[in-house]
Amino acid sequence: MAAPRVYKTEAVVLRQRRLGEADRILVIYTPALGKMDVKARGVRKTTSRMSGHLQPLTRCMLQLAQGHVSDVVAGCETLESFQPLRDDLDRLSRALYAAELIDRFVPERAHSYPTYRLLVETLRRLAGSDDPDTVLRFFEMRLVDQCGFRPELEVCSGCGSRIESEQNHFAPLSGGVVCRGCVAALAGARVLSLNALKVLRVLQRESYNDVARVRMDGAMADEVERHLRSYIVSVLERDLNAASFIERLRREGAGHAVEV
Amino acid sequence: MNESTPATAAPLARLIDELYKLPGIGPKSAQRLAYYLLRMPAVEAQSLASAIVEVKERITFCAICQNVTEIDPCGICTDSQRDRTIVCVVEEPLDIMAIERTQSYRGLHHVLHGAISPIDGIGPEDLKISELLNRLRSGEVKEIILATNPNLEGEATAMYLTRLLRPLGVRITRLARGLPVGGDLEYADDVTLSRALEGRMES
Repeated sequence: MAAPRVYKTEAVVLRQRRLGEADRILVIYTPALGKMDVKARGVRKTTSRMSGHLQPLTRCMLQLAQGHVSDVVAGCETLESFQPLRDDLDRLSRALYAAELIDRFVPERAHSYPTYRLLVETLRRLAGSDDPDTVLRFFEMRLVDQCGFRPELEVCSGCGSRIESEQNHFAPLSGGVVCRGCVAALAGARVLSLNALKVLRVLQRESYNDVARVRMDGAMADEVERHLRSYIVSVLERDLNAASFIERLRREGAGHAVEV
Repeated sequence: MNESTPATAAPLARLIDELYKLPGIGPKSAQRLAYYLLRMPAVEAQSLASAIVEVKERITFCAICQNVTEIDPCGICTDSQRDRTIVCVVEEPLDIMAIERTQSYRGLHHVLHGAISPIDGIGPEDLKISELLNRLRSGEVKEIILATNPNLEGEATAMYLTRLLRPLGVRITRLARGLPVGGDLEYADDVTLSRALEGRMES
């Protein structure tokens, strides 16, 4: 039997772009149907009854009608709007980063319940009072894991020998940690302190609640972020747009606000 | 779309190709428009062609407000009747037209030419923000109205600008959000409704 002409699904709106006079193409992520493009007609008009429910980073229930190229939104209702995200630029930029990662990592129309749940939980944590950077590190590690790019943190990715409790190196292109003996032969490897390795292992193995209990100072958080970021960039073979915006906010927030 | 058969004369095929580049125009629309232009009186076709050329030659951006204009600085920026202490910041030149239509705003404008969209790689450096900061230097401006679109990108832009401008000591306001005229309460999303409740007024 053919798929029904109109069907319902839950979805998180990842991003949107304008189309024609008043329409938008939305990239949505659904638990059963994966990532897909849908068309939302007339949502740029102020009288649209749907536009408020279809903003990026909203979890909503959609009614979709099959279309020629992409399906068309026939109705929608907000389930969760993650409002605190929208009132804080730091949290918003991180949530957009999470949405961008999902958009880049997951294939179109491939169901993935765990990854969908990970995204929703991450948005909830970012909208709550959790430390946004810890939330993001946990999200990054779980996402690469679920997408089949689990980094090797137990044995050397060069020679396969056990990693010793000492300062090692992290080589994104080799897929994980490398020992002292192998590092010379590898390009792009960077020093990985023992503590950062421990944090990475906690991120990989433990639940979010355990991860949230780990206390990190600024330098350690930076190191962990740098290694994970370099790993993700090497898997995706491209830079992440939202990451540079987060960087910019940090830079401007730290120094004098602005040079006029 | 250059698979057009030799049955189409070369100049016509070229016109179809050019029309096809326009937004919202598909192959069939391009053909229909081209044949319509072909049958048009020569005078009208001339006038359309010269209008296109003229717009490219004569329209520039106002050095002050970044709006599209024929004379630089633009009519609004040079109008002595307008309140020079208020600047309304919008995303696109079309937004100025919308605000001017209301006839209830007598201040100046500033066009950003876009909105921050980190996920698409559009950052603050791609907008006319440094030009806005330059305008604030003289101290003449007392209030900035952030009139970016009430969607995610517009909100992000407004929050970024608020952060950037607050240390400068100008008053920063944001357009109110609420229910659209002609809309139904039952269809309002919770964000809009809660903002409408927050911004309720004595009646």
